[in-house]
Amino acid sequence: MSRIELKVNGRSHTLDVEPDTPLLYVLRNDLDLRGPRFGCGLGQCGACKVIISGAAVFSCITPVSSVKGEITTLEGLSQNGRLDPVQQAWIDEQAPQCGFCQNGQIITAKALLDKNPHPTDAQIRETMNGTLCRCMSYFRVQSAIKRAVKTMAGRSPADPKEVVA
Amino acid sequence: MSSSDKLPKQIEDVLVTHRREFLKHAGLLAVSFGVFGATAIEGAESQSSNPAESPGPYRDPDFHQIDSWIVIHEDNTATFYVGKTDPGQGTGTCFRQLMSDELDIAFDKTTCIMGSTDITVDQVGSGGSSALERDSWPMRRVAAEARRVLLEMGSDHLGAPVDQLAISDAVIAVKANPSKRVTYGELIAGKKFHVTLTGNNINRVTGQAKTKSNPELKYAGQSIQRDDIPSKVDGSLKWAVDVKLPGMVHARNVKPPFACAKLTGIDESSVKSLPGFIKVLSKGNYVAVVCEREEQAIRAARQLKTTWQKPATAPFPASEDLFNYMRSATPVSDPRLAAGNPELRAPGFGPMVVGNPDAAFSSAAKIIEGEYEIPFQGHTAFAGAHALADPSNGQMTVYTNDMKSYSMRRGIAAFLGMPHDSVRVVWMMGPQGFGRSAAEDAAFEAAWIAREIGRPVRMQWMRDEETAWDTKGPAFLVKMRGALDSGGRLVAYDFHARSCDHNHIGYNEPDSVLIAQLMGTRRAKPAAGSAAMPSDMYAIPNRKMVGEVVGLPILWETPLRTGNLRDPNGPQPTFAAESFIDEVAAAAKADPLEFRMKMVKAGKDDDSAFRRARSIAVLKAAAETYGWDSRPSPKPIGKGKILTGRGIAYSFRGRTVVAEIAEVEVDRQTGHVWAKRLVCAHDCGFVVNPESLRHTIECCTLHGLSRAIHEEVQFDTETVTSRDWFSSPTLRHTDIPERIDIVLVNGDPNPDRPDLPPYGAGEPALKPMLAAIGNAIYDATGVRIRRVPFRNDRVLAALKAAGV
Repeated sequence: MSRIELKVNGRSHTLDVEPDTPLLYVLRNDLDLRGPRFGCGLGQCGACKVIISGAAVFSCITPVSSVKGEITTLEGLSQNGRLDPVQQAWIDEQAPQCGFCQNGQIITAKALLDKNPHPTDAQIRETMNGTLCRCMSYFRVQSAIKRAVKTMAGRSPADPKEVVA
Repeated sequence: MSSSDKLPKQIEDVLVTHRREFLKHAGLLAVSFGVFGATAIEGAESQSSNPAESPGPYRDPDFHQIDSWIVIHEDNTATFYVGKTDPGQGTGTCFRQLMSDELDIAFDKTTCIMGSTDITVDQVGSGGSSALERDSWPMRRVAAEARRVLLEMGSDHLGAPVDQLAISDAVIAVKANPSKRVTYGELIAGKKFHVTLTGNNINRVTGQAKTKSNPELKYAGQSIQRDDIPSKVDGSLKWAVDVKLPGMVHARNVKPPFACAKLTGIDESSVKSLPGFIKVLSKGNYVAVVCEREEQAIRAARQLKTTWQKPATAPFPASEDLFNYMRSATPVSDPRLAAGNPELRAPGFGPMVVGNPDAAFSSAAKIIEGEYEIPFQGHTAFAGAHALADPSNGQMTVYTNDMKSYSMRRGIAAFLGMPHDSVRVVWMMGPQGFGRSAAEDAAFEAAWIAREIGRPVRMQWMRDEETAWDTKGPAFLVKMRGALDSGGRLVAYDFHARSCDHNHIGYNEPDSVLIAQLMGTRRAKPAAGSAAMPSDMYAIPNRKMVGEVVGLPILWETPLRTGNLRDPNGPQPTFAAESFIDEVAAAAKADPLEFRMKMVKAGKDDDSAFRRARSIAVLKAAAETYGWDSRPSPKPIGKGKILTGRGIAYSFRGRTVVAEIAEVEVDRQTGHVWAKRLVCAHDCGFVVNPESLRHTIECCTLHGLSRAIHEEVQFDTETVTSRDWFSSPTLRHTDIPERIDIVLVNGDPNPDRPDLPPYGAGEPALKPMLAAIGNAIYDATGVRIRRVPFRNDRVLAALKAAGV
């Protein structure tokens, strides 16, 4: 076991875990977060994704000791009690079915839009291609991303943009 | 009222957390889950619930009592308790809409709790697209009866006859003097209804009140947003995977490396010194490892040294030899049939003969033949199967996302030899499983280990286990012949289906669940399995239909166990039959839509539930929405790299009818198929929530697309080799059509009839999609591919073989 320091959703934590423990289990079992979930443990489906330094990362294959930078999980996307426009678009489009994969869908979309606020349809499809859904909510997820793009573009320039990680 | 923070943590785990603020506000946290000190109210006893830490027993809620279904609170809100589970298709919201309507209470003043065996009546859970078609009716009748009883109470309270009263949003008022009013909460909160309903089973339970007609419904028919979505989006929902209990440990399975292998040794010293190690458990061929932490259990399960002996004969042929095996296998028969026992039938069906097919074939102008192959396809849930079992106080509480919590309770009680009342199953959200998924296996395993070690145990399957070892939809081989007369009419049809489905396992059966099989349990007689007929309303004067079932060489402990998968055994024969009809239409040089329409219209057979009229309506609606131009398939083959085409298919499931059109692009250089556009015309009767229904149909249609272009279980003669998302591909974002049209058709011959009922919607849209895609590929390329999935290499090989 070794002492690990993590900053997650704005809060600092000091933990005593094996350094090769996948970040996913630390977030879920030590920090009681519910956003990132186990789907495959192989970095293939996206259920476990979190944002680290602006990038959507598979927490299931990331050793906790390798994490550099602040972690944002699904729970950390809302600011001052207001949902992120990406999350609001998910509700407006009624995107999820069972919803188990939606952490990966939302986190991947959020990281995309933070880097590229006006993605083409092809960029959306390519970026999202590594996040799977067995309920097949894909069409609505893509619609929700396009809606979020519009909402964010329509904001007044005075609005501060949410800064993640 | 108690505040939520005074409640034991475990009870909070049970609650639907997305409704937490509402529940707190309404005081439901106390009411729904039993009596807590001085703040308890009398009505709490009406729920046969128990706090999680109570010793049990866990009585069955009595479905004959209104109090088991509806609790009304002081602040004039209501909680509905129903025996269903909504894995995400919006049925929970629909139940609230219908019950709010019948009770006459505002929708947003209600909440709905589902599927936990000690607090909700047994309506089976979910399955069979039955949520609205069958199970919403007892809910509605009970809510209507509750309204009637409240109205009588209001009459006494206000001193006015019932016919002079009006109800609006749970307030009863004197029509002539609306200031004279009383709320439901004032009349009943803190008390019980004490009204006993009649009806000899839960589906017939009723009071005296009549349910409302469709025009009287206020919330049903509206696209109210699903109540489960916000908490799935903001991360607040507590899923079955999130439940944590004091003293909880983590378990992982060690599966045999070869199918049907015998365990010959365990070297516990290979894991004993690992951090957090607690125990290796094994019985028969079942092996699991338990550790304090999750990642420790995963590591220990991987590191445990075990030795296994392969079975004497190969448990199955390799997947590339499966259909040859099925062709030559002897169909399963029941030896008791030979003894003349009229109660028994062979698995499968038929031969069912209409007219004189032999004579019609011998005088045919043209005979068309085709043989179709559908491989095993998996449930392949998005996440590994999981459950948490708590053996506290000598009872067993299981937290699961399995859609059938009630049969799980019975099954686990029988498996562990515990009294029924000692077992409780709490349903929570999880990855949707679409039928008899491995969620059941994981729950039995968690319960067994929990009892063995006396601590709460969380079991989770890893990705390779889930993909390789969950139950499968059976493979089908379907051989068909069709005879055209000189006028291009289909006058004879021969349908011969063979499924690889022997020992098809049921839901939560204590003697067929995987852990029982691995421990050596064998049923005296394996479940027969079934073949299935296609569902169409085509009038073909001479027909012969036969269905047969074959089994794999080893039926037990195999990863190729078959079980119900979304529309069980429906998509397979429908792919064959609806593709073959297209072949026949092409042979007749007829437009495939018109060819079908003529056969649907011409029939004089029984047309139960107006299915024929509604079949015509959905076919027309699909064609109009798509902009179908009448011409035979295939269209002239293009010169370019991308070939485009469109295909139609139609079927029904129960009383719901569906017609689907796919437009595809086929890349002749890679064999890649992209469904550019999909149309689904769908008639499931009365629509309770149009937007939620469209969502369900859209996802179901795309599940059909996934099964058409990606899904196939592959194996060698020793093990399943489909083990992750690369070796077991599924639909992805780049596969998604650029346009999907969902058309909700009301094709009832009397479309405005006030008693139009809802039919099922969770499965029917999957069924015709495989054939719609295959027919579109044929239209684009002139090549008929009689085998799904239409993966690139298979399509490319077929195009090359045909010189396209």
